[in-house]
Amino acid sequence: MDFSLQTIVFLFLATVIIVCSILTVTTRKILRAATYLLFVLFSTAGIYFQINYSFLGAVQLLIYAGGITVLYVFSILLTYSQRKKGDRLKSSKVVAGLTATLAGLGLCLFITLTHPFTPSHFEFGELDIKTIGFSLMGMGKYQYVLPFEVISILLLACIIGGILIARRR
Amino acid sequence: MNIPMEYYLAVSTIMMFAGIYGFLTRRNLLAMLISVELMLNSVDINFAVFNRFLFPGELEGFFFTVFAIGVSAAETAIAIAILINIYRNMRNIQVENINELNG
Repeated sequence: MDFSLQTIVFLFLATVIIVCSILTVTTRKILRAATYLLFVLFSTAGIYFQINYSFLGAVQLLIYAGGITVLYVFSILLTYSQRKKGDRLKSSKVVAGLTATLAGLGLCLFITLTHPFTPSHFEFGELDIKTIGFSLMGMGKYQYVLPFEVISILLLACIIGGILIARRR
Repeated sequence: MNIPMEYYLAVSTIMMFAGIYGFLTRRNLLAMLISVELMLNSVDINFAVFNRFLFPGELEGFFFTVFAIGVSAAETAIAIAILINIYRNMRNIQVENINELNG
């Protein structure tokens, strides 16, 4: 079995994703959880770059890794409570959650790995940015100007709602 | 490209169930929100990978991922605003202390 560069990159990204996502949910300190989440998001952007969706990878880096993680870090520092009571849970509940998670994981992995998908093939080649732009702004079939406008209204409502909720009364 | 599609799906499945485990066992609202982000992110990977490997000539999964990223940004902003408001009223954000919501 020869290891091509693609395989090595994929193995690296997969290892970082698996290890850091497990560390995200098992670490006790919440600031560390946010940092591991940042690593997971970076590796996800790497996977998007690897399957030749550079635009998607850039969006992921800008919005997730750049915006959302900073928001998380700020809110963690704002809501940090001094008395460390920790988020200890009864160990029976942790065991129950772990059992349910492992059962679901085993079931889903089994189904995913044994399901006969339609024959998949990978074509190299970057997605043309002009194609993305015309599809995003076009009004024809398989074009997406309506969801684009709905998303923009959603973001406007989100800005106004965030200000209204978080302002000091 | 000699990496089968199933490997990507396996990675995203593990990420998804790490998020579910965190959602079930953490008791801090911010930690639960971080777990939700993990789940959303794994679904985004699935959309992009299905689009790339099964229907390479089309763009549905691609745009679904872009819109899902936008929606999750909005959701995070609103949730954090609510959390900061809760913290201002109750001085902590552990879920067992939030059993009344009258402002």
